[in-house]
Amino acid sequence: MKELTLPSRIESVDEAAMLADEFARKNGCGDDVLSAVDLAVRESVANAVKHGNKFDESKKVEMTLECSDESLAITVRDFGTGFSVKDVPDPTDPENLLKVNGRGILFMRSFMDEVEWDNPAGGGLKVKMVKKR
Amino acid sequence: MSDINISERQAGDVTILDLAGKVTIGEGSVALRNAIRRLLGEGKNKILLNLGGVGYIDSSGIGELVSSFTAVNKEGGTLKLLNLTQKIQDLLAITKLLTVFDVYDAEGEALSSYN
Repeated sequence: MKELTLPSRIESVDEAAMLADEFARKNGCGDDVLSAVDLAVRESVANAVKHGNKFDESKKVEMTLECSDESLAITVRDFGTGFSVKDVPDPTDPENLLKVNGRGILFMRSFMDEVEWDNPAGGGLKVKMVKKR
Repeated sequence: MSDINISERQAGDVTILDLAGKVTIGEGSVALRNAIRRLLGEGKNKILLNLGGVGYIDSSGIGELVSSFTAVNKEGGTLKLLNLTQKIQDLLAITKLLTVFDVYDAEGEALSSYN
């Protein structure tokens, strides 16, 4: 298992994606897994920096990566005020198609096999995403 | 170094923007926004975005395409997309935005569609 702590800035998105890619390659993941993990890490870390920690650099983003024979699991946690995923409007609803934001969660759900959120003790929001190998 | 390079060509009254690099949260999205605003400021409102050189786009970049589309429409113009990679096509399909954008594989066909 690999644990990372990242600052709440946009550059952390690239850094997290690069580290996740390196981790997945070292563990022998194929192209499909690499592509899905890249997208999921980028979207989840961007959400944590932008919507969770709101670019407050005193708040960190924590990421864990864990690999087994069956799957690769990623958690990304912010220290913001949290939110309910159920409250995020469906971006594919015709009335939301031309909205600028709100597609990151759809992408995470589309490319990963499992995605779940919880509000951990100590505050913030944690998303766990699993990709089967 | 910027994540994206945007170059401009003119074909009649259609302005073609050739994008190369990443359209992602941060510089890539901002560069696209600025390019579209500049064109609209110059009165150029028939715009064709050539995405053939875009290796990566995230939800923020997709949002910027939508924002560009809306901004151009508000000015009475038309924004269309050219040369989608398979990945971008997949993302536009998932988001149902293929129903919103006019998408072309051939530049000539795209240019003719403005007439």
